[in-house]
Amino acid sequence: MSSLPLAALDGLFSVSLNAYLYLAAVLFAIGFFGVLLRKNTLVIYMCLELMLVASTVALVAFSRYNGVMDGNVFVFFILTVAAAEVAVGLAIIVALFRRRQTVQVEELNALKN
Amino acid sequence: MSDVLFHLFAIFTVACALGVVFNKNAVASALCLLLSLVGVAGLFVLLDAFLLAVLLVLVYAGAVVALFLFIIMLLDMQGGDRKKFTKATIFSSTLAGGLLVTGLVSFATRGQLETDPTVPVVGNTLRAYAEQLFTVYLLPVQIVGFLLLIAMLGVIVLSKKFEGLDDIK
Repeated sequence: MSSLPLAALDGLFSVSLNAYLYLAAVLFAIGFFGVLLRKNTLVIYMCLELMLVASTVALVAFSRYNGVMDGNVFVFFILTVAAAEVAVGLAIIVALFRRRQTVQVEELNALKN
Repeated sequence: MSDVLFHLFAIFTVACALGVVFNKNAVASALCLLLSLVGVAGLFVLLDAFLLAVLLVLVYAGAVVALFLFIIMLLDMQGGDRKKFTKATIFSSTLAGGLLVTGLVSFATRGQLETDPTVPVVGNTLRAYAEQLFTVYLLPVQIVGFLLLIAMLGVIVLSKKFEGLDDIK
């Protein structure tokens, strides 16, 4: 297995590090755009997850193109923390729905005025 | 070969990410998120991070998206958004997203990062992860373990209905 570097099948990287960084930037921006645009708390939460995943793409790419392990290990931790975060966040959303009967952010205006 | 695969996975991932944002139905959004994560897992394979690709599919696509679908089903939201977006929301979020992507892309184009073709592959074995996690990153591993325990306890407390504790509601 260790003799199978897929990204270097032809001896050279045919995709540059910058391409991965652009992709990560675009993914992050799409997630950010969704967080700002959508009104449904659950969809906002999915867009937050998208932003986290975009950052992991950048970390793995940096790790691969520099030949170090640290980026990969950070992604490992990000996955763990994201799993915990999703569990707590969804529990909060369910508790919110029980109290207010809605998950639309426009109707959650108890602090207004 | 890997060039073509990269573009394929990149376009697939971005298209599915756009699907998450623009789908009216929350269930369809969650399924688009699932497909997007599978695309990212493909990119991880191209970057020789096989373990992370498997973990991403297992943890994110398996557990997190299933949890999302379960909660959508539990809350029974009748077919997604009820209110239309206001013009101000659309304009400001497009502006903010556009600014973010221009900023990030210009940041990435300023410093040309060189690609050294002789860089060794280090992240493709389980052994490499184990060596790092149990030596350099031993304390973070312990802390993350406690974090998971605390999150589990918090979720139980949040979702359980306590009898006779009406005053703290």
